Amino acid sequence: MKIVAVCGMGIGTSVLLKMNAEKVLRALGVDADVEAADIGVARGMARDAQIVLTSQEFAEEIGDVPADVIIIDNFFDLEEITTKLKAAIPE
Amino acid sequence: MSGTLADELSDNAIVLSAEANDWRSAIRLAGDALTATGSTTDEYTAEMIRAVEELGPYIVIAPSIALAHSRPSPAVLKTGISWVSLANPVTFGHTANDPVRLVVGLAAVDHDSHIATMSNLAGVLSGDLDRLLEATTPEQLRELIRENS
Repeated sequence: MKIVAVCGMGIGTSVLLKMNAEKVLRALGVDADVEAADIGVARGMARDAQIVLTSQEFAEEIGDVPADVIIIDNFFDLEEITTKLKAAIPE
Repeated sequence: MSGTLADELSDNAIVLSAEANDWRSAIRLAGDALTATGSTTDEYTAEMIRAVEELGPYIVIAPSIALAHSRPSPAVLKTGISWVSLANPVTFGHTANDPVRLVVGLAAVDHDSHIATMSNLAGVLSGDLDRLLEATTPEQLRELIRENS
């Protein structure tokens, strides 16, 4: 499974999001590649991803992609990330 | 960067109980601290403010916490991080996480050099923020960060 974490610059928030998503995926026992991306390349990268993790602002900008776009409010809340990822990952 | 957050946060990088009237001055404080450590030039501070003007308040990544940053550029002299706690919370316009009490400034020369520090930061900020905000001296803050690392 491919997951893309998207932010504006690709060095800050998406990196944190990627780290915490990896933590959650390990705990869930899900095998996935998580990549951090800035909004400029996000649409291209999202094309062959199953899930896009991002904040409210960028969800609108990413627009219509085949991937599930998940909005995370608190990037440090592993419970929020767990709940939202679980809902998006097929059993 | 040596990797651990406490080691990266020199006295110059830390501003505690700072006064900021609005989000721009809050980011400016974080930028000034980065400049004081020799990590960035003033132009980077302007870039961080411009990023919010153009992309919105997405840098408010958790309740009370803003991660001010831009992208690698000539205004970044070396990778660095700063820590600004605010005496009075400031509104950034974020729907879920306002108001902000802590601004972490981040400058990176590339996409990889700061990963270890970011991992440390993620761990520390997942913990008890109120306790971290109680620090009144840089040494005390570094101690609290080490405890939570």
